[in-house]
Amino acid sequence: MAMDDSLRELYQEVILDHSRHPRHFGALAGATHTGEGYNPLCGDRVKVHLVVDDGGRIADIKFEGKGCAISQASASLMTDMVAGRTVGEAQKLMGGFLHLVKGEDASDLVGDDRDRLNVMAGVSAFPMRVKCATLAWHTMKSALEGGIPAKTE
Amino acid sequence: MMAQSKPRPVATFEPPRADFEILSRTVYGKPLVYLDSAASAQKPRQVLDAMNEFAITEYANVHRGVHYLSATATQRYEAARETARHFLNAGAAEEIIFTKGGTEAINLVSYSWLAPRIQPGDEIVLTVMEHHSNIVPWHFLRERHGAVLKWVDVRDDGSVDVDAFDAAIGPKTKLVAVAHMSNVLGTVTPLKEIVVRAHAKGVPVLADGCQGAVHETVDVCDLDVDFYALTGHKLYGPTGIGALYAKRAHLGAMRPFNGGGEMIREVTRDVVTYADPPVRFEAGTPPIIESVGLAAALDYIASFDRAAVKAHELSLLSQAREAVREFNWLRVIGDAPGKGAILSFEAEGIHAHDLATILDREGVAVRAGHHCAQPLMERFGVASTTRASFALYNTREDVDALVEGLHKARKILG
Repeated sequence: MAMDDSLRELYQEVILDHSRHPRHFGALAGATHTGEGYNPLCGDRVKVHLVVDDGGRIADIKFEGKGCAISQASASLMTDMVAGRTVGEAQKLMGGFLHLVKGEDASDLVGDDRDRLNVMAGVSAFPMRVKCATLAWHTMKSALEGGIPAKTE
Repeated sequence: MMAQSKPRPVATFEPPRADFEILSRTVYGKPLVYLDSAASAQKPRQVLDAMNEFAITEYANVHRGVHYLSATATQRYEAARETARHFLNAGAAEEIIFTKGGTEAINLVSYSWLAPRIQPGDEIVLTVMEHHSNIVPWHFLRERHGAVLKWVDVRDDGSVDVDAFDAAIGPKTKLVAVAHMSNVLGTVTPLKEIVVRAHAKGVPVLADGCQGAVHETVDVCDLDVDFYALTGHKLYGPTGIGALYAKRAHLGAMRPFNGGGEMIREVTRDVVTYADPPVRFEAGTPPIIESVGLAAALDYIASFDRAAVKAHELSLLSQAREAVREFNWLRVIGDAPGKGAILSFEAEGIHAHDLATILDREGVAVRAGHHCAQPLMERFGVASTTRASFALYNTREDVDALVEGLHKARKILG
């Protein structure tokens, strides 16, 4: 039996690799921003910690939590991609990512960003799973927009 | 010494697939395998036809109406109440209140019966396997009236220890609220014995029968339970209707719930007096068409040998349970003796939602998540489970498809 193509695209090797071996996973000492995300549909929780330097650049980012392959891979990919960018650049990237996973016009995503995030495009064929993919991104946004200021001591 | 009695032989039960047209459809090009009946059951042609016929030929608003159709619709509505009474073996039709579902039935007891009786520090005893609909209404009383929730644990196999209720029920206990059957574990609680223990201390018992009424034959008189809540859509009936059985003595001592039309005796500018139960608790235009559907659903269930249906469902459970035993990466949660036809499990390294997505593409509909039972998830140290639930229309082939889908999920995600 041939495997369903959309299923193959959703659970492609890059996604499974990120989900099994998440990058930037764990607590972050000296975080300047922390956000907590919760998906009441499945009960999954994620925390995103960031160190934003005086120049508004994301000097470091980590995430914690348990979740499905989609949410873990998305969080891992996100942290990998926004590290070193400015907050404004990270938010712009998020905008493009949201378009992509909702199956909307994502022409604002270009070049290498487009190539890397394209592995998540398969989510758009699974409307019930879009929230899994966006959880970490929304959590990062809430952290950057105030969230819970992390303790520095 | 009791004589050993062999299990009564049950006639082979043939799942009435033809009554459920939806079961012959495909999803993603694959035959639908519907294993989510614990969330909501499919509806047989008999139920849909009854509602349709009624709406086409006899529909009008109930009560008060002088005209022909209103009288006819009122008869049908009250006949549905009698059908529900018979289904639960309640003593009188007045003890059946129609609600919009099981959740509203429990909220009705919380608001109308218990809230006025709660003093700060009074206790409500629940089990950790309750559905949120049998938890949150009691949390309201904790938040608003200072009630204390006391939790009875379940054993590791999901079974309920009746003696634990003796320990939990104290002089301040005002109510014991328990599921007749767990929507996650499938555990069937020893309800009659719990009632005996609670009544020995003068404490009433509410049973959440949303699952229990589907799979067990309920006799509220024999159980001597004080309140029994059920919902129509899990009983092969329509959404938007449920029922609360309440002992007549309690009904008379319950304050009105929603205020509005129907539930009054007289309204003046200065005062209002209320109608007698059950309509005192049925403000507004009730779910009339749905009541006809519920009655048709209960008649449909009654048209089968219920012992044979139960044996059939349990044989599917047993087939699935045995099949997954060979998956050492899969942990079944809930193996209580005498449990009903619900199988919940956690897959090692595979999130329930990923599993359910892959099963879905195979045409297999299961539920994944916390099943509105988060305290139970916490008890078993899981964030979510995957749940397959079996109904009278399921077949051995459905179980085969589930097992095949699990193999595939493991191959993709393992």
